[in-house]
Amino acid sequence: MTSNLYLQRNTPFRLLEINILQADDSQLLEVSRNLAIGLNLLEMKVIQKYFRKKGRNPTDIELQTIGQTWSEHCFHKTFKGKVRINGKEIDSLFKTFIAKIVEEIKPSWCFSVFEDNAGIVTFDKNYGIAVKVETHNHPSAIEPFGGAATGVGGVIRDILGVWADPIACTDVLGFGPLDLKFEKLPPGVKHPKYVYMGVIAGIGNYGNNMGIPTVNGAIYFDESYVGNVVVYCGCVGLLPLEKFKRQAKPNDVIVLAGGKTGRDGIHGVTFASAELTKESEEISRPAVQIANPIEEEKLKRAIITIRDLQLASSITDLGGGGLSSAVGETAKRFNCGAIVELEKVPLKYPGLAPWEIYISESQERMLLAVPPKKIERVLEIFKREDVEATAIGRYTSDGVLKIYFYGEKVAELDISFLFEPPKAVKTAEYKFPSFIEPSFPEPEDLTEVLLQIISSPNIASKERVIRTYDHEVKGNTVLKPLQGEFDGPNDAAVLKPLEDSWKGLVISCGMNPSYGKIDPYWMAAAAIDEAIRNNVAVGGRRIALLDNFTWGNPEKPDRLGSLVRACEACYDFAKAFRTPFISGKDSLYNESPLGPVTPTLLITAVGIVPDIRLVVSMDVKEPGNSIYIVGQTFKELGGSEYYKLKGFMGYTVPKVRKVQAKKAFNSITKAIDLGLVKACHDLSEGGLAVAATEMAFAGGYGIELHLKRVPTKNFLRDDFVLFSESNSRFLVEVSQKARAEFEIVMKDTVFAEIGKVTKSSQLRVYGLRGNVIVDASLNDLLAHWKYPLKKE
Amino acid sequence: MRREEIRVCVLRVGGTNCDAETKRAFTDLGVKSEILHVNELVKHRNLLDYQVLVFPGGFSYGDYVRAGAIWARWILAKMGKELKCFVEEGRLILGICNGFQVLVEAGLLPGFDGISSYPEAALATNSPPGYNCRWVYLKQETNGKCIFTCNIPENKVLRMPVAHSEGRFVFAKDKEKLYLERLLENGQLVFRYCNKNGEYANGRFPINPNGSFHDIAGICNPEGTVFGLMPHPERAYYWWQHPNWTRQKQMPQYGDGKLIFESVIEYLTKNF
Repeated sequence: MTSNLYLQRNTPFRLLEINILQADDSQLLEVSRNLAIGLNLLEMKVIQKYFRKKGRNPTDIELQTIGQTWSEHCFHKTFKGKVRINGKEIDSLFKTFIAKIVEEIKPSWCFSVFEDNAGIVTFDKNYGIAVKVETHNHPSAIEPFGGAATGVGGVIRDILGVWADPIACTDVLGFGPLDLKFEKLPPGVKHPKYVYMGVIAGIGNYGNNMGIPTVNGAIYFDESYVGNVVVYCGCVGLLPLEKFKRQAKPNDVIVLAGGKTGRDGIHGVTFASAELTKESEEISRPAVQIANPIEEEKLKRAIITIRDLQLASSITDLGGGGLSSAVGETAKRFNCGAIVELEKVPLKYPGLAPWEIYISESQERMLLAVPPKKIERVLEIFKREDVEATAIGRYTSDGVLKIYFYGEKVAELDISFLFEPPKAVKTAEYKFPSFIEPSFPEPEDLTEVLLQIISSPNIASKERVIRTYDHEVKGNTVLKPLQGEFDGPNDAAVLKPLEDSWKGLVISCGMNPSYGKIDPYWMAAAAIDEAIRNNVAVGGRRIALLDNFTWGNPEKPDRLGSLVRACEACYDFAKAFRTPFISGKDSLYNESPLGPVTPTLLITAVGIVPDIRLVVSMDVKEPGNSIYIVGQTFKELGGSEYYKLKGFMGYTVPKVRKVQAKKAFNSITKAIDLGLVKACHDLSEGGLAVAATEMAFAGGYGIELHLKRVPTKNFLRDDFVLFSESNSRFLVEVSQKARAEFEIVMKDTVFAEIGKVTKSSQLRVYGLRGNVIVDASLNDLLAHWKYPLKKE
Repeated sequence: MRREEIRVCVLRVGGTNCDAETKRAFTDLGVKSEILHVNELVKHRNLLDYQVLVFPGGFSYGDYVRAGAIWARWILAKMGKELKCFVEEGRLILGICNGFQVLVEAGLLPGFDGISSYPEAALATNSPPGYNCRWVYLKQETNGKCIFTCNIPENKVLRMPVAHSEGRFVFAKDKEKLYLERLLENGQLVFRYCNKNGEYANGRFPINPNGSFHDIAGICNPEGTVFGLMPHPERAYYWWQHPNWTRQKQMPQYGDGKLIFESVIEYLTKNF
């Protein structure tokens, strides 16, 4: 540190004044680096100008507050900034491609979208559903258990932060291959097996202990996740809409409730807005927080009571940026200023400097605004639950944030300045990769190929993981993640959240990272299609979407270019399907010494079903029933599990045909509502062969299929028909009695009866030439499907 | 007493998380049940106003130390006298999952010679280790002595889910044989893990989901008034909670878990 840049103020505690008024460019950057606030020169200059106007130097806590508020993690500079691509300028990817859909289609059932920490849609006329999905990749890479657990804890607080009672969790994870050779690991990168065990234990630990069922999820394996683990944690909550309060006013008391504040989670957001390096372990360990689910369970009880009694005027969680974000954002939202007395914040141990208290991301804390008249009752409610709650300041009418520490003013910032960071302008470019379509002879033994595919890591059973999560607690899980005696994978989870209503909530997801290697546009389209068709397959409709982007460093034009392409697809397809985005989150800078993460878009879909008694599971029910395929099969194997098995990537990435897809979704919904569907399963990784296999062993009956009846587009190879991953397709079981009516309902779609459920316990497939090409016993298939993760 | 006069106290503390669905089951059967935080019970209520006390599932105090251990000590310290009185008067105590762990840690179960000053059994970490959430089959082993199963025929096979990581019922090795004999003699062995045909698991995973000694899933005290079990009857109360309901042509109105709650109410309406 250059000594004349920093000056300890004459206070009994640590408080630095930073001499930026006279600083040159290199010194400004030095300050940004030394304080680990991750701001660039343009941003530092704006700060310098602000303080020159004020005629004084900033304190460390002021610069830290600005750094937190302006971080990528808190402000989403890439998504909100400008992007130059192909000579055009896009002003905010977020506004242009994500938020615009809801503005354009104006669904009456969107209650609060992109305003709070979670999106809210109506459930029935009294209740709303709040949904949020978080990314917690960076902390999980450093400390898998703590990183994942606090990811769950954080997203649950996002739900509490809109006054909703958390009723279900989801988690979608991406790991490197579990059998990776240790020699291949660069310094500072943990083995995928270690990361996998830690992340799964962390997620289970938090959700189980808090008593929130983990009902939906997925696990993907990819080489690029070795250095950049992907951890998406979601939470769904229920709230009585009339109790939704957000109307903080000047003089309302700022109440901090929950866990004590310590040095854990300092600079979590700046760390999450940078690449991981081999030093990350050493430098960034303090950025990972420590989880205590029981504290949050108590906090939840108190908050729900306060909500029901309508004692507070606003609430928000403390997540990234800690108090600095929570206080600042609340003040900004209600056009207030704030006075904070930092010495009142309960600490885990003494000795924290004011800036550390203000930006610490210690877990299990919430911030409430409470009218002075009601403060006694609020504090009493927290006390009854054994939760510490403290008044730490109040909101004011002057639009200025003033922070005191033992009477000394340590910060004074205009809220308006704090929330107007200079707009970033980034450059993007996109070049299509040069994959070629492989050419190889058709294998002779397709039964063997099928056995290999169903035991590949991305398709094999995740039962070993799923059973470590409680998916039954609260007793409202109607359709569980595993179906039937043999634990088949259901397409979506269904909950019955209200005691006196049959209405159900349907949660599903879609993610296809391997398609993104060929084209992020079609990856995004496929993820949207998959999330929706999973929802539709069990009976869901009126679907809202959430986006979660995990990408590489957006300062690098090619990474940003692929992000733009994925965003374009988000707009095109979510708009076409009239499934608006209601919330989302991005995690950029996922780069490690091994390179960038493969672009990974998770789409979460939340639908409703008017009556849970309509819900359909994926297991076949009765021999003699017909099996139909809905949707057309194209020669689309680029990025497929089949090509991967053969060692190819290909370029025929599965596309989405909007009109056909929409017709298929609507017709399936209609058939389910008419009670014509015995079982329904979506076709995804591994295509027709895998979907049929799963339906058969989950139901305990055989299936006989005839490939020549499958509607295809001019391609004549059994293996391609079996394993093509064309989107918008379903397999449907229909009883003989219902066939005629089913066919009438499906008349606008491409569909065909392709086989039957049989009494035998064999999956038997007849090829295009009428010969048997697959003949496998259910026991054998089940054993291959269940084995891979079992051995881990 | 009449059904609507019955009062059930579903107790909770930080980390309890199955209280709402447990209360829901009792309420559905027409009895008055309320969820009470232990702080509230100690300060403002009288335990003897209730006929049934329930320790529901969850992770009381985070289950740090040993599952159920902290809550058991807390209860004995703060209201040991009232609890003793409650048991001696023949009022009913039900412990589900974490609640079972609490009852064992508190010496209420198996309670061979009344409330024991030390745990006579333990719910140890599962074998194979780790949290496990799945539906299991249970065989009803008593001949009506246990009040919580008095409505369930002997040898009937029931289906319910388990979800825990510390549910392996064990006795001290040197007392295993003796204590098992006493359990059987006294009619205290209530539920054993079995397959769908009613054949005992004999320790085989996942039929026995946690490696419990003698496939023990639930036991009661010699009087049949205190009962603990690892499976969750409150999660098997309605038909739509059943994992296979989408396969059934005709579902029964309720799940097997209801039988336990009904037994309690039947007994109270006849005997109090």
